[in-house]
Amino acid sequence: MKSNATTSERATSAGDGGARPGRGRVRASSRPAPARSVSLRRAVRRNKIAPYLFLLPWLIGFFVITLGPMLYSFYLSFTDFNLLGSAEWVGIDNYIELFTSDPKYLESVRVTLVYVFVSVPLQLAFALLLAVLLNRGLRGLAIYRSIYYLPSLIGASVAIAVLWRQMFGRNGLVNQVLDWFGIVGESWIGNPDTALGTLIILNVWTFGSPMVIFLAALRQVPEYLYEAAAVDGVSKWRAFWHITLPMLTPVVLFNLVLQLIGAFQAFTPAYVVSGGTGGPVNSTLFYTLYLYQKGFANFEMGYASAMAWVLFFFIAIVTAVNFWLSKYWVHYDD
Amino acid sequence: MTTETAALITATGRRRRSGTGRARRNADGSIRPPRPRPLAHLMLVGFGLLMLYPLIWMLGASFKESEFIFSEVNPFPNPVTFDNYRQGWQGSGVGFGTYFLNSTIVSGLSVVGNMFACSLAGYAFARLEFRGRKFFFAAMLATLMLPTHVLLVPQYILFSNLGWVNSFLPLVVPKFLAVDAFFIFLMVQFLRGLPRELDQAAMIDGAGPWQTYWRIILPLTLPALATTAIFTFIWTWNDFLTPLLYLQDPRMYTVPLGLNAFLDASGESAWGPMFAMAVLSLGPLFGFFLAGQKYLTSGIATTGLKG
Repeated sequence: MKSNATTSERATSAGDGGARPGRGRVRASSRPAPARSVSLRRAVRRNKIAPYLFLLPWLIGFFVITLGPMLYSFYLSFTDFNLLGSAEWVGIDNYIELFTSDPKYLESVRVTLVYVFVSVPLQLAFALLLAVLLNRGLRGLAIYRSIYYLPSLIGASVAIAVLWRQMFGRNGLVNQVLDWFGIVGESWIGNPDTALGTLIILNVWTFGSPMVIFLAALRQVPEYLYEAAAVDGVSKWRAFWHITLPMLTPVVLFNLVLQLIGAFQAFTPAYVVSGGTGGPVNSTLFYTLYLYQKGFANFEMGYASAMAWVLFFFIAIVTAVNFWLSKYWVHYDD
Repeated sequence: MTTETAALITATGRRRRSGTGRARRNADGSIRPPRPRPLAHLMLVGFGLLMLYPLIWMLGASFKESEFIFSEVNPFPNPVTFDNYRQGWQGSGVGFGTYFLNSTIVSGLSVVGNMFACSLAGYAFARLEFRGRKFFFAAMLATLMLPTHVLLVPQYILFSNLGWVNSFLPLVVPKFLAVDAFFIFLMVQFLRGLPRELDQAAMIDGAGPWQTYWRIILPLTLPALATTAIFTFIWTWNDFLTPLLYLQDPRMYTVPLGLNAFLDASGESAWGPMFAMAVLSLGPLFGFFLAGQKYLTSGIATTGLKG
C-alpha cells in the first residue's frame, strides 16, 4: 500500500486483527459523543501531526543525507568533477574507462574478489565448526562465546591492523615462530604474493559473529529430531549431515549474504597495513581503497561515484545470485 | 559493521524465545547432567588461546622495553616498563589525550543522537498511525541495504559546502537524523514484542503520543536503547573512514586517526609506544563489551512482559 492510501483502506488494514501497528487506533475505541469539545478536536488534530514530529529527524536524514546524496551520486557518476569547478557531463565515459582503460581498477576488482571469495567461506566454516563444538552442552559456554566473539568486535579497528602489520612484518611474530622450525621468512606484508593472504587471515579470524548466529540457530533445532535419529541408531556424523546442516541452511544463507556484503566493503585493514597505498604492487588494493584514492586523494569525484555504483551493483548481483541459488540448497521447515 | 549487526539481531531474537539450550536426556527421557569433557575443553581453550594470542602478545609488548619486542615470542614482559605508555601518550606533536577526548566527544554525541532519533522514529513506525507509514517504512528498510560508499562522495560534497569539513559535525549530525536505520529497525522489532494494550491504556487515560512515548514506551525499551548505545559507541569508536575523510587538523583527530598517524610518522622504530596506545584504544571497547554483554543477556528477558 502506498503513501496515498485512502482512509477506507487504512480502516480495513486497521481492522484485520493482525499484529500490525495499525490495529488499535485509540480514537476508534475512545471516541466520545458527537459533540466534541474544542480541546478534544485540537488533540485529535495534534495526533495527526504528532507522528510526523516523531519521524521528523529521520525524515530530514532520509531526504537530506541519504536519498538526496544517493541521487546526486548517481548524477555525478556521469560527470567529471574535481570539487572546484562545475560538474561536466561526460555520459557513460567513467563506466567505460573503468572497464577498458584502467588496469589498476581491474586489479582492485580482482583483489577484492579473491579476498571475498576466499575469506568468507573459510570464515563461515570456522564459525560453523566452533558453533557445533560449543553446542554440546559444555559448561562455560558464555565464556567461550565471548572469547571467540571478541575478534569480530575489534577486527576492523586500526589497533588490530597495526598489530597485523607487526605480526606479518619481517621481524614479526609469525617469522619468529617459523624461526623455531628453521624457516627464515621474508616480510609477509612486503611480498605481493602473500600480502593479501595476511588480510584474508585477519578476516577469517573474525568468525565470531557468524558463530554467535549459528549458535542461536542450533538451539532452535528441535530435540525430537535427534531423539528419533538416536532411536534409529543413526551415527552422530550422519545426524549432523542430515539433521543439523539442513536445519541450519537458512542461517548459513543469512550469514553468507551478510559476510559477503561486509567483505566487499572492507577498508581499514588494507589501508593501515599498506599505509594507504594498496601495495606492494597493488596486491592489497581493495575496491574501497581505490575508490578512496580516486575520490579523496585525486578528487576525481565523478569517477569515484561511478565506482561506488558499480560496487553497489556487484553486491546486489552477488546477493541476488545467492538468493537464487539458495532454492537449491536452503531447507525451509515450513 | 554488518557482522556485528547480524549477531545483534540473533542475540535479541534468541533471548526472546527464552531458549536455554538443549537438555541432554537419557534413553528413558530423564535429563542427564552435563558431563565434564576434558578433551573438548582442552581443544576449545587451546584454540581460544591461539586466537587471542596476538592480543595477549600485544598487551605484553606494550610493557616491554623496545629491544625485547622483536626478540621474543613470549608475551610476558621482563623487565616491565611503563615508558611505552608515557612516550605514546605524549605522541608526536598532539598528545593522545587529545585524541581520546575527541573520540569520547564524537562517540558520546553519536550515542545520544542514535538513542534519541532512532527511538523516536522506531516508536512512530511501530505504534503510530499516519499517512505514508508503510511507504516510509519500506524506504527505511531499503536504506539498510545501501552500501555506505555510494553516499561517500556526495555527502562529502554536501558537508564540504556547508563548511563542516574539519569539524565533528559530519560525524555527529547524521546520528541525530537517524541515519543508522538499523537501530530504528531494532526498536520497531522490540516494540512489536511489547503488548499494545500498554500504550492504548495510556492513551485512553488521556496521555498524548508524546507522554505515552516518554512515560510508557521509553522505560520499557531500555534494553533496546542499551543495545543501541553499546553498538553505536563501539562502531563510532572504531570508525576510521569517516574521520579520515573529514578531520584534517591533527588536533581534531580521533583515536584511530591518531594511531594511524603514529604509524606514518614514526614507522617501524616505535612499536612499543604504538602498541601501548593500541592497547589503550581497545580499552573502552573491552569495557563496553563486558558491560554490554551482561546487559544484553539479562535485558530482554527481564522486561518480564511476555510472562
